[in-house]
Amino acid sequence: MPNILIVMEISDGKLKAVNNEMFTAAQTLANETGGAATALFLGENVAGLAEAAGRYGVSKALVIEDAKLAKFSPDVYANAIADAARQVNASTVVMAATFTGKDLMARAAMLLDAGLAQDCVSFRVDGGQVYFTRPMYAGKIFAEVRVTSNPVLVTFRPKSFKPEENAVTVSVDKLSVDLPDPLCVVEKVISSTGGKLDVTQADIVVSGGRGLRGPENWHLIEDMAEALSAATGCSRPVSDEGWRPHGEHVGQTGKTVSPNLYIAVGISGAIQHIAGISSSKYILAVNKDPEAPIFKVADYGIVGDLFEVIPAMTEEIKKLKAN
Amino acid sequence: MNIAVCVKQTPDTTARIKIADDGKSVVRDNMQWIINPYDEFAIEEALKLVEKHGGEVTIISLGAATAEKTIREALAMGAHAAIRINAEQAPDDPQVTAKALADVLKDGGYDLILLGRRAIDDDQAQIPQLIATVLNLPCVTVVDRLEIDGENGVATREVEGGSQKVAFRLPAVIGANSKLNQPRYRSLKGIMQAKKKKIDVREASLAEAKLVIEKLTYPPAKAAGKIFDTGVDAVPEVVRLLREEAKVI
Repeated sequence: MPNILIVMEISDGKLKAVNNEMFTAAQTLANETGGAATALFLGENVAGLAEAAGRYGVSKALVIEDAKLAKFSPDVYANAIADAARQVNASTVVMAATFTGKDLMARAAMLLDAGLAQDCVSFRVDGGQVYFTRPMYAGKIFAEVRVTSNPVLVTFRPKSFKPEENAVTVSVDKLSVDLPDPLCVVEKVISSTGGKLDVTQADIVVSGGRGLRGPENWHLIEDMAEALSAATGCSRPVSDEGWRPHGEHVGQTGKTVSPNLYIAVGISGAIQHIAGISSSKYILAVNKDPEAPIFKVADYGIVGDLFEVIPAMTEEIKKLKAN
Repeated sequence: MNIAVCVKQTPDTTARIKIADDGKSVVRDNMQWIINPYDEFAIEEALKLVEKHGGEVTIISLGAATAEKTIREALAMGAHAAIRINAEQAPDDPQVTAKALADVLKDGGYDLILLGRRAIDDDQAQIPQLIATVLNLPCVTVVDRLEIDGENGVATREVEGGSQKVAFRLPAVIGANSKLNQPRYRSLKGIMQAKKKKIDVREASLAEAKLVIEKLTYPPAKAAGKIFDTGVDAVPEVVRLLREEAKVI
């Protein structure tokens, strides 16, 4: 019976929300392959988090608590994942394709001598074989891939699966692994968003380009983002000019985002920017230039002066939400 | 310092990518090739380090003879020597590439191995971690700042909502991100000198792939959007559409 191991991402002692998407993805894969899913919790004091799996239909949890997991080290964590996969005879190992997920799973794959389908957005099962779809060339091409090894490793891009609640009871087991000493260790974590929502994790992103003319006008973006509980993003020139923090840069050499709604304000839509937003569910563009390339990829657009349109739209949104 | 930089030849970021007749590869004819942009940050960082500490930068690239044009561009930036591992084209499975690179890297006595965090064609984001795992070296990827002090290094890497400062000892593998530095332009002098630098060609027997591409497709064509040219007057309608049609607010 296929045994699918879901590696949890735990940050600051808390389960990251993206794991909920992984519960659903893995449980769906389990249902379609006649298998079972088990959530893997790694850390120093993480057993208390195990029952969260039960909210999303995953009825088994595995906990590895070890002093060597107290401080995050990618090589130590990768070893823990590989060792757990071997011990439980995992047929598939799943993790979210976050910065940490993509880092760890590549290492774990090499340790397991197994293939990795990285940053996938969907899967299908045909005749017992699983095919994963992953974007390539910044989303210009989609590749359907097959991993030929056992186990199969896969990371799923955040926001590709919608978490489905399905309450079940969770049985929790403990596992111990033999861990090496770390080759590198995270000494310090620095928050750049001051606790604000990151562009890659938000359902809605409000993003500004050179059309805003300067950092002093960014309240237009921030006010709209606040009204929508959205994250704020920006184009490359804005990031290069230092108008906004680098972490907000969306594009081919910045972040790739896939929100439900991406609002591009004063952004012309250079190919490299489009590359970072093409898997957004909906794109709204506001630009004074009717020929701006952004309008070719937008689902909705307003040709007009953003200095008029954006404040008006923020007001309209606030009215809508108040009713 | 003895630094290796792994470089991949990739299509230009604005290239139109066409699926070949076999349905599982892309058309390579008439392609504009460039140094993978993330590898350029790695080359620049290596050059800055040897300018400060002395030493040499060696470019290592897996590819066909046609990749030498791109290797020369790396040499023209100032790298000292290059090794091309002969392969008809970049494998679909990054593990195959990483093993071939690691096989050459392991005997080089390198203090640092730098390369881009991902290639902009396959977007795999695996090679730095894979090389490091094969060679059992520390690895930090998506690095925006690198500080080297003797045998000790601290790399600042991006994560959601911020960054992490990661400590390690050399030798190490670093995956370069786009905020690391501003790559220098290739001067005419650099281009001329690059012509005389040696590209050592090595044969390799490539490992078996565990990741196979079955089919390539284009993303579904998007229906034309609803674009209003009435400026601020369109706001109520657009907000209504976002709520009632798209259901996103």
